[in-house]
Amino acid sequence: MKIHSVKDLEKISLESNQKLYFPETVMLNVGMASCGIAAGAKAAFDKALKDNPAGHPYQVRQTGCLGFCEEEPLVEIVAKGRPRVVYNRVTEDRILDVVQDYIEEKFSKKLILGQMRDPRSVLEEEIRNPLEKVNPLKGIAFLEEIPFYARQVKIALRNCGYIDPDSIEEYIGRGGYFAFLRILAEMKPEEIIGTIKKSGLRGRGGGGFPTGIKWESCRKHPGERYIICNADEGDPGAYMDRSVLEGDPHSVLEGMLIAAYAIGSAQGYIYVRNEYPLAVKRLVSAIKQAEGLGLLGDNIAGSDFAFRVKISTGAGAFVCGESTALMASLEGNVGRPRAKYVHTVEKGFRESPSNLNNVETYANVPVIILKGADWYAGMGTKYSKGTKVFSLVGKVKNTGLVEVPMGTTLREIIYDMGGGVPRKRKFKAVQTGGPSGGCIPEVFLDLQVGFDELTKVGSMMGSGGMIVMDQDTCMVDLARYFLDFLKGESCGQCTPCREGIKQMLDVLTDICEGRGKEGDIELLEELGSMIQKFSLCGLGTSAPNPVLTTILYFRDEYEAHIHDKKCPAGVCKPLFHYEVDEKACTGCHVCALKCPQEAITGDKKKVHHMDQGKCVKCGICYDVCKFDAIVVR
Amino acid sequence: MKEVRPVQTASADELDYFELDNLIESQFGNDKENLIMMLQAIQRRYNYLPRPSLTYLAEKIGVPLSRIYGIATFYATFALEPRGRNLISVCLGTACHVRGAKRVHEQIQEQLHIRDGQTTGDRRFTLESVRCIGCCSLGPVVKINEDVHARLSPDEATKILGGYE
Repeated sequence: MKIHSVKDLEKISLESNQKLYFPETVMLNVGMASCGIAAGAKAAFDKALKDNPAGHPYQVRQTGCLGFCEEEPLVEIVAKGRPRVVYNRVTEDRILDVVQDYIEEKFSKKLILGQMRDPRSVLEEEIRNPLEKVNPLKGIAFLEEIPFYARQVKIALRNCGYIDPDSIEEYIGRGGYFAFLRILAEMKPEEIIGTIKKSGLRGRGGGGFPTGIKWESCRKHPGERYIICNADEGDPGAYMDRSVLEGDPHSVLEGMLIAAYAIGSAQGYIYVRNEYPLAVKRLVSAIKQAEGLGLLGDNIAGSDFAFRVKISTGAGAFVCGESTALMASLEGNVGRPRAKYVHTVEKGFRESPSNLNNVETYANVPVIILKGADWYAGMGTKYSKGTKVFSLVGKVKNTGLVEVPMGTTLREIIYDMGGGVPRKRKFKAVQTGGPSGGCIPEVFLDLQVGFDELTKVGSMMGSGGMIVMDQDTCMVDLARYFLDFLKGESCGQCTPCREGIKQMLDVLTDICEGRGKEGDIELLEELGSMIQKFSLCGLGTSAPNPVLTTILYFRDEYEAHIHDKKCPAGVCKPLFHYEVDEKACTGCHVCALKCPQEAITGDKKKVHHMDQGKCVKCGICYDVCKFDAIVVR
Repeated sequence: MKEVRPVQTASADELDYFELDNLIESQFGNDKENLIMMLQAIQRRYNYLPRPSLTYLAEKIGVPLSRIYGIATFYATFALEPRGRNLISVCLGTACHVRGAKRVHEQIQEQLHIRDGQTTGDRRFTLESVRCIGCCSLGPVVKINEDVHARLSPDEATKILGGYE
């Protein structure tokens, strides 16, 4: 079957809507993105398929990730006329209990994360809430009200965890491809670009360039134009693009289709990381399905518009996230950036006008078209509109992906949604923007997130990684870590970046290993400012950020390393040692049992002692002590 | 910039040129633009990039061997030397780093008596560090072949190795 009109789409939508929301048999939706699988979802899925405990019929399906990774594997169970319940930490050994719990309507609190109040996507407001006539469970929290989800507005993540990513029908069932058919039938390219411009959408990959303006300038340049999707998500600590590709690949394809129609392009490319094999697999299946329904290829939906999409896999080079390097890599070359005197919208891939946007940017586009620019621009700060997905990771209780309106404060994200720092440790900083970003200290926690707001404090939005750090993270070591990363990823063609980063790294390594000397901090600042000013591409110009922000906000830690030869966080091995706090030690003996060096001795219920000669500072005792009796000195 | 390693000069044990030819032609249509993906396909097949396959590829698609070598050493995924039967990728992404991935990495190096990038004498394991595999909420993460092991302590990390022969 091919889709020719909105009517065809509506027919599919209605059918799959029934299946999605009112399944006749009990339906298990197992979150099977990479993260879920790593947490054990695949094993649970197989187990549920193989063994049917109570003899009741039920169906098992894969979905994407609901975002609350800390509680994974997540399994949602639903049946017609019954509540939708999300069970957490459903590993292989728990899945049968969970199924039984739902089928027998026990609904035990200890298995359940929450019940859903309204599963509709942002695009389905005209249909009735499928759970309207279902009596909610007593004593079980609504998913929408638990702190992790309460502030979220899901636009880019609207279908992640709700649909089977390998089913185009389910994507259509939740309002998918309606935006594309609308623009195809009703809107002129200029109108589409106007809408995107008015919405204030800015590039979600890090740069924050206004998407509408990019589209407009690409459209202006003659030639065979290309639409490229940047799915080379290289920032360590950010994985929202992976989640979108694995959970809702069609949202990206639809966004690209709209861009292609607006800009006037017949060929699209998705440049996706080789490290994301599942994302590639799901994209391939999505493209095939879209071709099957006539939504990609020639004469799309009966019009004379043609558009095809190819997938190209990266090969592990961080610099290929940069637009010109990405295009060089697409052409089968070494991914080296070039100076952008001529922008890629004029001469990019194959020397032709090329429009490059990030995964999340494309995923936003269909919603903007259907809900309108004003609706989208109604959220956010003055210059940063809409929502942004952040990956909240590191030393925070509730790790996962959160999509919040721009302008939400860091404190709200980290403390209200994330639940703060675990194990009674003290918050130290939050790192945003990946290796190009910076570390934001506690005093700025009330900062509203937005492109310009984050830049003002020396960091940046980047692709949305938000890595929380506590007292056990050494900021000097962290700066060294980022530079070590960037040294490896520098493409090597411009001297400030290639040599400068190495010099900074050498200085930092000296500091971390106890060879720091007077003037090192100033030297780092000088080198950093040089690299920022004279590097060729974004990788170099932003490379010193992690060092410069940590010097700015945590200078005392640098000084402690240099002058006192101490690492207050207990990370840089030559600069600290562990000791037993005699007042706090209860003699529980756990540390002594765990110590691989047998460096800790003592009788039970008596204060233990540490043999410094034997200790290799592996930190196991520090981690296992429940009484904070192992201290860093 | 990656450390440049010497090209393996010994020929690959069995290089099936018909298969190689088929791979380059049918899947990638001899198109130079697909060079990176061709190399990925060769590596999937042989577990590394045998030198004869690269010379053959160079002839076949009309790209100088030097350029192919440049690409194979620029991108992190490519290996020019045979790798072990099991590939251990320790994630050293930021989220894993702050949760102690370095210690997991050290522990594995200690247990296997190899350093990062090396292969054990019996070819059982190759150890490499990678920067972020996108499972940041479950750190520290170690990927062995296609299996991702999450929330690992250094202790547990060495235990999981036993499951791979």
